[in-house]
Amino acid sequence: MTWGAIRQHPSLYIGLIAAAAFALLGLISLWWTPYPIEQIAIARRFHGPMAEHWLGTDHLGRDMLSLVMSGTLTSFVVAALGVLIGVGLGVPMGLAAVAWGGALEWLVLRLSDLTFAFPAIVVAILIAALAGPGETNAIIAIGVFNIPVFARVARGGALAVATQDFVAAARLAGLGNWAIAVRHLLPNIMSLLIVQGTIQLSLGILAEAGLSYIGLGTQPPATSLGLMLRDAQSLFLIHPWLSVVPGLTIVFVVIALNIAGDGLRDAMDPRLRREGLAHGAG
Amino acid sequence: MISRKSLALALFGLMLASGTALAQSNEIRIGVALEPPALDPTAGAAEAIDVVVYQNIFEGLVRIDQSGAVQPGLADSWSISEDGLTYRFVLHEGITFHDGTSFDAEDVKFTFDRLLAEDSVNAQKALYAPISAVSVIDPATVEFTLSRPDGLFLFNLGRGDAVIVAPESADSNGTEPIGTGPFAFVQWDRGSRVVLEQYGPYWGDLPALTKATYLFISDTATMTNALLAGDVDGTNNFAPEALAVFEGNPQFKVLVGSTEGETILSTNNRKAPFDDLRVRQAMAHALDRQEIIDGATYGYGVPIGTHFAPHHPYYLDLVGTYPHDLEKAKALLAEAGYPDGFSATLKLPPVAYARLSGQIIASQFAEVGIKLELINAEWAQWLEDVFANKDFDLTIISHVEPFDIGIYANPDYYFGYDNADVQALNETLNATTDEAERQALAQEIQTVIAVDAVNGYLFELAQTGVWNAKLDGMWQNAPVEGVVLRDIHWVE
Repeated sequence: MTWGAIRQHPSLYIGLIAAAAFALLGLISLWWTPYPIEQIAIARRFHGPMAEHWLGTDHLGRDMLSLVMSGTLTSFVVAALGVLIGVGLGVPMGLAAVAWGGALEWLVLRLSDLTFAFPAIVVAILIAALAGPGETNAIIAIGVFNIPVFARVARGGALAVATQDFVAAARLAGLGNWAIAVRHLLPNIMSLLIVQGTIQLSLGILAEAGLSYIGLGTQPPATSLGLMLRDAQSLFLIHPWLSVVPGLTIVFVVIALNIAGDGLRDAMDPRLRREGLAHGAG
Repeated sequence: MISRKSLALALFGLMLASGTALAQSNEIRIGVALEPPALDPTAGAAEAIDVVVYQNIFEGLVRIDQSGAVQPGLADSWSISEDGLTYRFVLHEGITFHDGTSFDAEDVKFTFDRLLAEDSVNAQKALYAPISAVSVIDPATVEFTLSRPDGLFLFNLGRGDAVIVAPESADSNGTEPIGTGPFAFVQWDRGSRVVLEQYGPYWGDLPALTKATYLFISDTATMTNALLAGDVDGTNNFAPEALAVFEGNPQFKVLVGSTEGETILSTNNRKAPFDDLRVRQAMAHALDRQEIIDGATYGYGVPIGTHFAPHHPYYLDLVGTYPHDLEKAKALLAEAGYPDGFSATLKLPPVAYARLSGQIIASQFAEVGIKLELINAEWAQWLEDVFANKDFDLTIISHVEPFDIGIYANPDYYFGYDNADVQALNETLNATTDEAERQALAQEIQTVIAVDAVNGYLFELAQTGVWNAKLDGMWQNAPVEGVVLRDIHWVE
């Protein structure tokens, strides 16, 4: 993929830049935010946007811009680690299913079905009941629902590749199942996985927001976009601004990632556009 | 044609709607945040039980009125012996329980024998420990013998924990409560509501309401919508952050009153560094009460400087004992050997005032170098860790029992304050019946615990009720736990 390819797909261009901008905003919060997010000053709460506080202040007088920066980072980190879990477990499962086939394939598919049957929220409630709510548990819950997604994408992509002549040649040359999976199948489904990863990242951010909103994800004094929404919920009729800021941030981040995902798909493999990519889960 | 038909239907619908509104003029739907775990007030500590049943389904020998004073209940009158050790109650006659069985002195004896028994699960059993015997003189007279004088005995008899139950129904009161009150239990749809209906054969004045439904709505936003949409007629305690929605709205009245809830930063006095007076004083100086009250209760809390309700006649204003002073706090910490502060945990139960206060206090303490780690706990976990196992550094909780300063005389209590002087003072207080002396003793204890900075004294919780403007007769204050329906009525 070249810069020329990127420029041919403006949606990719826009989506990547927007998503990167949000990620950067979150990363900056590691070293610097306009105000420390744990600094509470009741006297200056419920300010609308103003010169000192570009996005206003919340119900504890904290700077909303600082909270959004820090919250975006939490959302990205939780979602990204969730995707990593999904890739790390799901892709080997999918590849193994194709490379070995038979009983193993059957097992992988049934396991995927089983995990798919439990929505992320149910998994999260289960984990929270066992280990208490928290960021780590949100990551695990999101990871668990990502596993079957990647297992299926990897298997689907690898099935198409496995019938190619060069795979048969590799087998004739004496390569084992695992070597074939790693050296021939995986590189050929990489683009698929990257596209799916971007989409799952946006779904992960939505899931993190949802889990924090119902109190199972990030806990105060840390913050996330979903937690900001939760704090603002009972104040919605009086101070709607407090809900609008994190709400719109979530919308923009998810749209940016989705546009980037679509663009990546078009840029990397035009064939996929026709076939459609409908492996997402929510 | 179609439009005319739908117009007619709409009109019909409107008529139906107004028809039901008229029919409901003797009924009330009350939204409450917490669903009770069971409905027997003599077998559980949850305030949510009393909210539904106290003085509605169940009654005691005496009852507490809106001002916190003791009024006759099932007993018409009583006499107290000179030495304050014998109480003789004359019971009202002709009273029946909701299942038709009659009420007499035997039921009183049964109630207290059950309450004081070895296997009793009464949450406030200790309050009734001075009772050494309950004897039936005749079916309408019952006599209590105390082992020591108890100045609060009558008040304690009026609490939800001492309501009279019948031997026939006592065991099933948890799911199907049967009392003597003006309202009888109809049904409990778990997770949703409890329905009460006026009890026709009630012995006293019949209440204006014929039916009362308690709806359990834990989410503030949902409660707001239910009130605005008219799905509930009121709530006894609405989250203060959203009260502004109803203030100034002529369809609602907002009742701001006092409760018995002293909200404190409970400190584990057994544990270093909190066993050092200077550390506790430093924490007291580091607290900015007004900011906590504004932030956590939206200004509806009343500042307290000791463990006592500000509206009580015995209350002593000690708010100024340790004023907000960061320099002094730092100096005291340095003196105690913590010039750079220290780290501690703050366990927070799942109530808004605690979670908000916790974040604010963590920010305030950070300014003097005390780093707090906030641990959010669910109720069961909090009760086990903090209350039962005493495994905590700091926590925030509202003590809602009336006149509960005696907890400072119990070294085994969860915050572990062990002071022989306070224990002696409290013993004298319990045995004193003279009002002026009691006041002096209670104030002395208040002063000692304030100066000792046993806990961080934050604020008295307010009760912020939101009701339909056409409702009247609700209690503004909460001198005892409960939502008493007796006087509530609709006015035009």
